[in-house]
Amino acid sequence: MTGPEVATEPIRLLDADGSLVESDANAEWRELAGQLSTDDRLAMHGEMLRTRRFDIEAGHLQRQGKLGLWVPSIGQEGAQVGAAWASRDQDTIFPSYREHLIALHRGVDMLQIIDIFRGAVHGGWDPLETRGMRIYSLVIATHALHSTGYAMGIRFDGACGTGDASRDEAVMAFYGDGAASQGDASEGLVFAASYDAPIVFFVQNNKWAISVPSTRQSRTPLHERARGFGLDAAWVDGNDPLASFAVTRRMLDAARQGRPGYVEADTYRMGAHTTSDDPTRYRPSDEEESWRRRDPIARLAAHLRELGVDDATLAEQDREAVELAADMRRRMLVAGTAASDDIFDHVYSEPHPLVLEQKRALAEFEAGFGGDA
Amino acid sequence: MQEFRLPDPGEGLTEAEIVTWRVQPGDAVHVNDVLLEVETAKSLVELPSPFDGTVEALLVEEGQTVEVGTPIIRVSGGDADAVETTIDTQQTVDRDEEGGAVLVGYGVRGGAETRRRKPHTVRDVPPPVASARPAPPASVPAASATPVIAKPPIRKLAKDLGVDLAAVVGTGLAGEVTRDDVVQSAKQASVFRNLQAPEWSGGREERIPVKGVRKVIAQGMVDSAFTAPHVSVFTDVDATRTMEFVQRLKASADFADVKVSPLLIMAKAILWAIRRSPQVNSTFTGDELVVHHYVNLGIAAATPRGLLVPNVKDAQQMSLLELARSLQQLTTTAREGRTQPADMQHGTFTITNIGVFGMDTGTPILNPGETGIIALGTIRQKPWVVDGEVRPRWVTTVGGSFDHRAIDGDVISRFVADVASILEEPALLLD
Repeated sequence: MTGPEVATEPIRLLDADGSLVESDANAEWRELAGQLSTDDRLAMHGEMLRTRRFDIEAGHLQRQGKLGLWVPSIGQEGAQVGAAWASRDQDTIFPSYREHLIALHRGVDMLQIIDIFRGAVHGGWDPLETRGMRIYSLVIATHALHSTGYAMGIRFDGACGTGDASRDEAVMAFYGDGAASQGDASEGLVFAASYDAPIVFFVQNNKWAISVPSTRQSRTPLHERARGFGLDAAWVDGNDPLASFAVTRRMLDAARQGRPGYVEADTYRMGAHTTSDDPTRYRPSDEEESWRRRDPIARLAAHLRELGVDDATLAEQDREAVELAADMRRRMLVAGTAASDDIFDHVYSEPHPLVLEQKRALAEFEAGFGGDA
Repeated sequence: MQEFRLPDPGEGLTEAEIVTWRVQPGDAVHVNDVLLEVETAKSLVELPSPFDGTVEALLVEEGQTVEVGTPIIRVSGGDADAVETTIDTQQTVDRDEEGGAVLVGYGVRGGAETRRRKPHTVRDVPPPVASARPAPPASVPAASATPVIAKPPIRKLAKDLGVDLAAVVGTGLAGEVTRDDVVQSAKQASVFRNLQAPEWSGGREERIPVKGVRKVIAQGMVDSAFTAPHVSVFTDVDATRTMEFVQRLKASADFADVKVSPLLIMAKAILWAIRRSPQVNSTFTGDELVVHHYVNLGIAAATPRGLLVPNVKDAQQMSLLELARSLQQLTTTAREGRTQPADMQHGTFTITNIGVFGMDTGTPILNPGETGIIALGTIRQKPWVVDGEVRPRWVTTVGGSFDHRAIDGDVISRFVADVASILEEPALLLD
């Protein structure tokens, strides 16, 4: 996968109808995907449904004035679920702001995500409580550097490279085709390659950086660009959860042994960039239609039916997903907001005189309103 | 009983137009059922119900533009906690037309640029006068085959002047569009407006209510025209030296940060001429003629709100630079629609600059309560006789109207001749 040949097709195990694709080219990936039992695959399907129901509910809440903004991930669940299942417990994950499935998979509560977008918290959760899932990075591509630095730290600590995949740590950084044009993204690749950092950059190429098509931003496929930086790189069908899992698992385990990697997942953002965006102004509806037929959830569902899972089981998963989303809405409607001085508690790990002074000043200022602040 | 207030469906939007109601009073609605479609400066979006219950009343009509926070629908009974959803990968956007090349950026572009949907949104809605939003350009030029070559400051200049770079013929190297090209194009554009005639509107007539600024203007014009007997005079003048003076001022460091135009010289000329003929700067009350020993110099300005005449208070005390700054501030404020009533009161004399519209001259109507008004026509090169020879000179027409109750032809003529003589030789200001 690191050879000079230029791929014409992304790696694929399930076609758009959910049928298994069997070829010599994907034999090694089929074998890797074999690590996933039917129950695993059903669970992956459940996570995708939960994420989509959650996503739709959040979109509605935004239109009802409950959220300032929402960033839909609809259409990208297949790439994410494969990557989520490919990660191991000891791994650390640096997301952008669209990795809802990854966050939920690692144990972030739906409401924690919602709280960011309704402005109830300043952002964030404790990664020790979310299995290494770091906070959403709202500034484009900055975390390409943070994640690379973190991975270099793992290496300096000697917490990787022992040959034991169940213990060696690795890092995943998630960003998109738009972020790939940022300088930070390229710097991350340079340092990751130079320091053999245990990291995989998982790039969801959803084709549109708001209104700019990815073809405009990169004259060469993104995975080819990564090879130019000296990383192992792969191109995978992002709407194929099995392929996404197999490729990412292989890349991550190589990263643990000091070979940083890059996965370009070929996917599509079915909705708007955010609720502030109107994609009908810049992209053709037939393009959306052609991707709608490649929906990752429908694809895995078809595969599960071939494996003998009955429709009732799938329908039950959907009912659960709907109920979880409704539960999120109910909890959100009664949830409060963080205290206004909460921000001071997370600047330094230890008390800091200047910050304490600011916290005191804010308290005095607010007291000046007689409790109405 | 619960009311749904118009949320901000984008980031920082302040208003939206109600396009289509999908429910009617009496309908049962569930949480997340689509209630209506609204159009914002950014997009057309569906708003889902936050409540379960029965629609009690629609509080806003289709076609109305309302501010964020306005109650738009009342729903009675039901349970605000219930949830029902349907799988829908399209989620929020649903439009059936105009998949055009309008880009979506980060910022809100303001109500003025809200994209309008075509006819079916306009039903029994009153004519959209109140919102006073300019129609979109008749045609948006498609991306030209050859890209425009222009440096960023020139692109900025073109944007500021409203010049479409694609329509400018570049005279620089390899067809680069230069600063002069843009400025020239802007000048032409200010003369040749409405080159593209829009289609006739539907309907045989359009009824536009007379209100607001229009009503005030109408009343003022009637008061003035049928109270003060107007007498108008005109004189052509060679303003070449004024043009040279303007160029020198533009090049001088003192005037680097301020707009200098022939209007500035005209203002100064009027202030000078008023000292020689103070009666033109007066108010005729019927019993007496109140001659002002100060000049609150009004400038008639075409603004988004209509014709306004804010004035520069005590302009007679100002140096040329101070006057230039005051005029600039006054016109900027007017164009931004921020002119305060106090800025328009107690004027004593007015200039109307119809030259910016390409007109040679016209018969101005007095600002009510004033005795004189001067019109500055366009300044362009014309044949002019100098020392018995015909030469191209920068020529303009000074026109003015005066209240004949207050003053007579001799004063009027001297005053206008004085103004013209300054335009002909600005050095006279150094008296």
